[in-house]
Parts: sequence; structure tokens; C-alpha cells
Amino acid sequence: MNKADLIRAEEKKTPKRTIDVVRAGLAKRYRAEGRFKLYGLGAIIISLLCLAILFISIVGKGYPAFQQTFIQLEVFFDPAVLGQENLSSANFPGLVKKTLRNMFPDVKGRSDKRALYQLVSTGAAFQLREMILKDPGLVGKTVSVWVPADDDVDMLMKGHFDRKMSESGGRLNNKQLAWIDELSRQGKIEKRFNTIFFTSGDSREPELAGIGGAASGTVLTLVVTLILSFPIGVAAAVYLEEFASKNRWTDLIEVNVNNLAAVPSIVFGLLGLGVFLNFFGLPRSAPLVGGLVLTLMTLPIIIIASRAALQSVPPSIREGALGVGASKMQMVMHHVLPLALPGMLTGTIIGMARALGETAPLLMIGMVAFIVDIPTGFTDPSTVLPVQIYLWADSPERAFVERTSAAIIVLLAFLIIMNAAAIILRKKFERRW
Amino acid sequence: MSPTTLFAALLMLSAAAFYFGRQRAFAIAGKAGGTRHLHSRPTYYGLLTALWCGIPALLIFVLWLGFEDKIITNLVIADLPNAIRHLPENRLNLVVNDIKNLVTGNIVAAEVDATMQAGAAHYRSLQATSNAALAVVALSLGIVGAVGVRSRISRTLRARNLVEQVIKYILIACSCIAILTTIGIVLSVLYEALRFFKAIPITDFLFGLKWSPQMAIRADQVGSSGAFGAIPVFLGTLLISAIAMAVAVPVGLMSAIYLAEYANRRFRDVAKPLLEILAGIPTVVYGFFAAITVAPFIRNSGSVLGLEVSSESALAAGLVMGIMIIPFVSSLSDDVINAVPQALRDGAYSLGATRSEAIKQVVLPAALPGIVGSVLLAVSRAIGETMIVVMAAGLAANLTLNPFKTVTTVTVQIVTLLVGDQEFDSPKTLAAFALGLVLFIVTLFLNVIALKVVRKYREQYE
Repeated sequence: MNKADLIRAEEKKTPKRTIDVVRAGLAKRYRAEGRFKLYGLGAIIISLLCLAILFISIVGKGYPAFQQTFIQLEVFFDPAVLGQENLSSANFPGLVKKTLRNMFPDVKGRSDKRALYQLVSTGAAFQLREMILKDPGLVGKTVSVWVPADDDVDMLMKGHFDRKMSESGGRLNNKQLAWIDELSRQGKIEKRFNTIFFTSGDSREPELAGIGGAASGTVLTLVVTLILSFPIGVAAAVYLEEFASKNRWTDLIEVNVNNLAAVPSIVFGLLGLGVFLNFFGLPRSAPLVGGLVLTLMTLPIIIIASRAALQSVPPSIREGALGVGASKMQMVMHHVLPLALPGMLTGTIIGMARALGETAPLLMIGMVAFIVDIPTGFTDPSTVLPVQIYLWADSPERAFVERTSAAIIVLLAFLIIMNAAAIILRKKFERRW
Repeated sequence: MSPTTLFAALLMLSAAAFYFGRQRAFAIAGKAGGTRHLHSRPTYYGLLTALWCGIPALLIFVLWLGFEDKIITNLVIADLPNAIRHLPENRLNLVVNDIKNLVTGNIVAAEVDATMQAGAAHYRSLQATSNAALAVVALSLGIVGAVGVRSRISRTLRARNLVEQVIKYILIACSCIAILTTIGIVLSVLYEALRFFKAIPITDFLFGLKWSPQMAIRADQVGSSGAFGAIPVFLGTLLISAIAMAVAVPVGLMSAIYLAEYANRRFRDVAKPLLEILAGIPTVVYGFFAAITVAPFIRNSGSVLGLEVSSESALAAGLVMGIMIIPFVSSLSDDVINAVPQALRDGAYSLGATRSEAIKQVVLPAALPGIVGSVLLAVSRAIGETMIVVMAAGLAANLTLNPFKTVTTVTVQIVTLLVGDQEFDSPKTLAAFALGLVLFIVTLFLNVIALKVVRKYREQYE
């Protein structure tokens, strides 16, 4: 009988002490402790990993869209073509085609010529037209112009197409590839910063599509939202916090505000469709209606934040004001409100950021239309940045995936700026009483 | 005068009224020997004048614009030739729409003929008359108000009290907008939903097993009313929400526990805002991420494992939705766990519990009501989430619980039924409102319960 067995026999004889039971289980319990802590850390790491993957995948897909392939053309503004009365209706596409034929004189045959014309975006003709309309003195001169290349050429230059695929089902054929190689040998094709993406409206052609229209629609919509929701939200919060007596009615308002903050956004879209469009007959797709719907959505957020800001103003301020003879309204307007304003502004910025990213309710009120023109008024048909993202995400062209990601980058950049502003505002004006 | 210029004119008129009212107060005070002899400060007299100038005029302005379109449209219709007036309602609406397009200079769908030209001209002239009348009425109302108040300004006029009274009414009106919004939601959704239930019995809608609203457009179709059974749609919503919660609840809860109980201050200060970023990303971005990155990944890994995964699988939408909801669960649970009194933890430690045992056996049971509340709020958000499912889940209403198959959700159906052409006389369009009603009721129910549970729980430890 060895020592261990002796101890075991001893243990069997004497009743177990609690401390022994605890000690025996201790290692296991510590292991469970370690595991539990690890699960927690793992959960956070998983969440942050998802965030990282999201950002990397979108930035990785989107950043090439800030560059666009341009082709240099030596355009001779032929007086024979442009000699008419009406310059704007002259045959500018013909001019582009002629220039291309001059660059590659040995291209014969209709299908080859058509393939050649496809290298350059249809927007090239519009670009030439604008040049001529701006400066009619160019007629009869030869000018070197950089025009946007077609999206397939763009994708090739950015390395999204496999060159070997081209003969079998690719979007560019071997001849086109040879021409592109020739152009790049001559230095007549290059990637430049993509200003079109920021200035132009939507288009069916990826190389001409931009977020300019959507961005201006977003600005108009948010202006309506801000003008309406900030004063109304602050007023409602001031009433509920400073004036309302505690009764059924104010309880009802409170319950409503809290509920509305959690109602799905698409329901607000149904409200907009039913009330603003069908009942009041406001125009479809208009930033005005979008702003109204988003106002109703952001109001609860602003009211809740503003009430918290008012609550954090200490009662002594109120009592001091009342003590020197201010009326209740003067006390609120002159003393409490200015002190609570930074907190209210922070809440408003966060509400605006939410409104900026909102898509679903705007789909309901018709802001999904394909709109080329850049809206300038509150009743012009328009779309907003998130809806533009949704529309582009549905497009089959490879180039639109890139544009969508780039639009998302722009949207996220705006959101980060707004949230950073809110944080800075809070840090700067935060006051401990 | 266009409405915008009129609006600006009204604002300028009010500003002028403020100035005149204040001047008047100074003039009266000067005679009496200084502003201290006035009941209120001169500014209040100015404000009172401005309010009486601006508010009635602006009210008329808003009401007028709200009803102008309806009235003009009816007048135009009344003046159309009999042949057009007696068209069925939807055809008539088309004609009216064309006339409106003609007026605004948009592209017109039909051929423009003489009657439509006449209608458009009529519309334009009525609109011009209406605008002119509105300008006259609103401006004269403003002037009358301002002059009336100005003539009543005296030393004893209790201007401050009157102004404060008006401001208080404005504040009350603003706070009632929340109630009006709820009423608006209920009425707008309920009205169209009731019209839908007139065409399709409510029991068929709630308990039917087949959903195919697109096919029901043709009147001659066999069993077209049977195509509005919403069970597959509800089941799809539940499936995707369940997947989302299966991701979000464990991850979110464990993150919250780690942040609240284990993490040191520095880690917390970094990790918490990063988690909040997940909540701030627009849902359309998640939708794009799900459709472009996650769904193909799941399909490819499924085919490697020999599984047949649809490219619009419920799994992809659910997973991404789960990621979106993680911060909701974690930040709400974090608050809840932090609210548990330290004394409870100390008690557990003093009995020899390890940290995890204290958490599992003391803190979590104490925080359970609050956690349940936050999970309910998260469920309500998952059910109502739209863009992720619109972009990543499918349209086909399959009655299945297989996460690799395509399912559809309530919100997807609402969007597809209402985006594009809307005919407010076909059950197809109205079905969206019926679904919206169900969505609103369910989320309202969840929210009310969750808010009540959370509030009760907070009171327990306060």
C-alpha cells in the first residue's frame, strides 16, 4: 500500500471538511473563470473583426473609383460639322468617331469601327459640345482633349478583367485590347482623379455616373429635416421637462415619444405615402416630403436627447433665476436653455446622422427614381446618397460595384465627420455641476 | 407671388412688426417718463406685435397650401368634358396626372390633345389666382394683426404675460406632434389595410399558406384571393430574425459582460466607441456588404461542403443583421449590468465566488429583466429592419425553415409592392399596408413590453 492510497483511505474514514471540497474544485473553477473571461474577450474581438472586415471590403472595393481612365484625343473641330446655326445640335458624336478613325487609320470594316468607338465613353461627345458652347472660337482648331474612357476599358486598366478571358465571353475583344495597348504606349491613356464622380448626376453609363445629384438631394432633404426637427424637438422637450404637470396627457406624450423612437423606419415611409403624398398631394420624390418624413423620424431622438440635457442643468440655476424675479419663461429661455443647448445640439447632430443614412422610408415616397438632373429646389425630383447606393447596388456592371463602394465611403466619411463633431461638442461643453 | 417669396415676405413683415411694436412701446414710455413705467420690457411689445402679425398669416398659408391642390384638381375635373369625367376612377386619375405633368413641364405619358391642353391651362390659371389670393389674404391678415396690436399698446398692456402664453401654446403644440405622428401612422396604415381586408378576408391573410401577390393582378386568375396568405412571409421574417438574434444575443451579451465586469478603463474607452460605430453604419451599407461579400462567401463555402446554398439565403441576411444588432444588445445590456448594485457582487465574493460565478449566479439573474427588455427591443429592430433584407434576402415566399433557402420578409414585401407603380385600388398595393399594419402592431407590442420591463427594472434598484 503506497502513500497515496493511504491518504485516500484516510479520507474515506474522516468526514470531509468544506475547505477540502473547495480546494478540490478550485482548479476546475479557475479554469471555468478563465474560459468565461475568454468568451467575453472573444465576443468583443468577433464584433470588432466584423467591423474591420466590413470596412476593409468596402474601402478595398471602392477606392479605385476615385480614379478614372481617360483617353487623349486630338480633336479637330471641323468647321464643316460645326458650321451650322445651332451649335448645340451639331454632330458631336460624329466628331469623336472621326477623331478615333484618324488615330487608328488602318481600322476597316463596320464591326471593327464600332468596336473602336466603344473605347470612348458616350460622354465624350457631351464634353466636346460643352467646350464649343463655352468657347466658340475653338472651331477650326485642333485641340488635345482628355475624355473619359468606357467603363469596360476603365475596368481593364484597373486590372479587374482577365486579359485572357477577352476572346471567350469577355467584354473586350483582342483588337480592342491591342488598341488600348497602343494608346498606353503612346501615353494617350491614363488614370486621373475622377471629378465626374463628385459632380455629375446619375447615369446608366458607369463612367458618367456620379453622386453629385444624390449629394445635393441629401443636402436639401437634411436642410428641411434640420429646420423642422431642431426647433420642434427642443420646444417639445422644454415643454415636457419644464412646464408640463405630471398627468395622463403628458404620460401619453412620453409613451408616444419613446415608442416612436423604436418604430421601424419603413412604417414612417408608409405614413409619408399615406398622409403627405395621398392626402395632402405633395409631389413625389421631392426633398420636401423626404425631409418631412425624416423629421418625424428624428424628432423622438432629439426630444429624448434634449430632455436629458435639460435634466442635467442643476435646479439651483432655476431657483437663482426665479429668485431675482424672472418669470418661468424667462428662467427657461435666458438661463436653462443656453446651458442645455450644447447637449441638445449633440443630440441633434446624432439625429441628423441617423437621417443621413436612412433609406427605407425614402423608398416609399418615390425617391428611388432614376434622376439625371441635379436637383436645386425643395420640390425637384431627387434622390439621396443612401438610395443612390441602393440603386447602384442593383446594377449588373462591374464598374457600378466600384462606384457603389465609393459612394459608401463618401457616406461613411460624412457620418464620421458628424459623429466626431458631436463628440467634440460634447467634450468641449461638457460641464460637471 | 410664389409661395416661397410669400413666405419670405411674411417673415419680413413680422420682423417689421416687431420693430414697429417696440418703437411704439418706447414712444409711450418716453411720454410716461422711461421704460420702467411700462408693464413689460419694450421687446415684449415688439414680440407681441410680431406674433400677432406672423402666426395667423402663417397658419392660413400652411392650410391654404395643404388643401390648394385638392380643390384645384377637383375644379379642373369638374370642368373637363363629360366623356373624360365619367371614366372609371383610375383612368381619370391618369388623365389628371398627365394634366399635372403638363403643368409642371414634366414628360407626359399620353398623347397631348386639346382637352388636356385646356385642362392644363385651366389648372395654371386657377393656381395663379389661388396664389394671388393667398398673398392678398395672408399679407392683409398680417398687417391687420400688427396694426391691431400696435394700436392697443399702452402702459398697462401685459405684453410679457401674453407673449409667454403664446409661446407656451407653441411649446404644447410641438410636444403634441409625437401624438399626431402616431395617429397619422395608425390612420394611414389602417385606412388602406381595411380596404385590403374588404377584398381579402382577414383570416385568409393571417393564416393563408400561399403568398404570391404579383400573380393576382389578373382578375381571371384561379384563386387569386388565395395568393395573399401571409404565413410564409411571417415565417421568413421570424427565420431571419431568429438567425440574427442567434448571432447578436450571445455576442452582444458576452461583450457587455466583459466590458462591464472585466475590462479595464482604457480597453473600455477604446472598445465601446468602436462597437457603437457598428450601430451607426447605415443599413444600406450592411445590405451591400451582405449581398456582395457575405452571400457569395456563404454560397461558395456551402458548395465546398457539398451543401446547396441559395445566393439569396436567409443565412447571409440573418448573419449581417445579427452583426448590426450586436451593439444594440451590448450597449443596453451594459447599462443594465452596470445598474446592478455593487453590494450584490461584494456579497457573492465574500461567500467565495469567483468572478464568473458571481456574474452567472448573482449579477445576471438580477439583471435578467433588463436584459430581456433589451433583447425584446433588439427583436423589434430585427423584425422592422428593411434595407439588409431588401438587398440580401429574396422575393420568393418559400414556406421553409431551412436557412440555406431563400425566404422573404414583411419589410421586403412592403418595399417591392410599393416601389414602382402604385394602384391604390388593387389588393396588390393595399397588401403592403396590411403588412405594414401587422409590422406596426407587432413592433409596438414588443416595444411597449420592453420599455415597461426596463423601466420597472430600473426603479427596482434606484
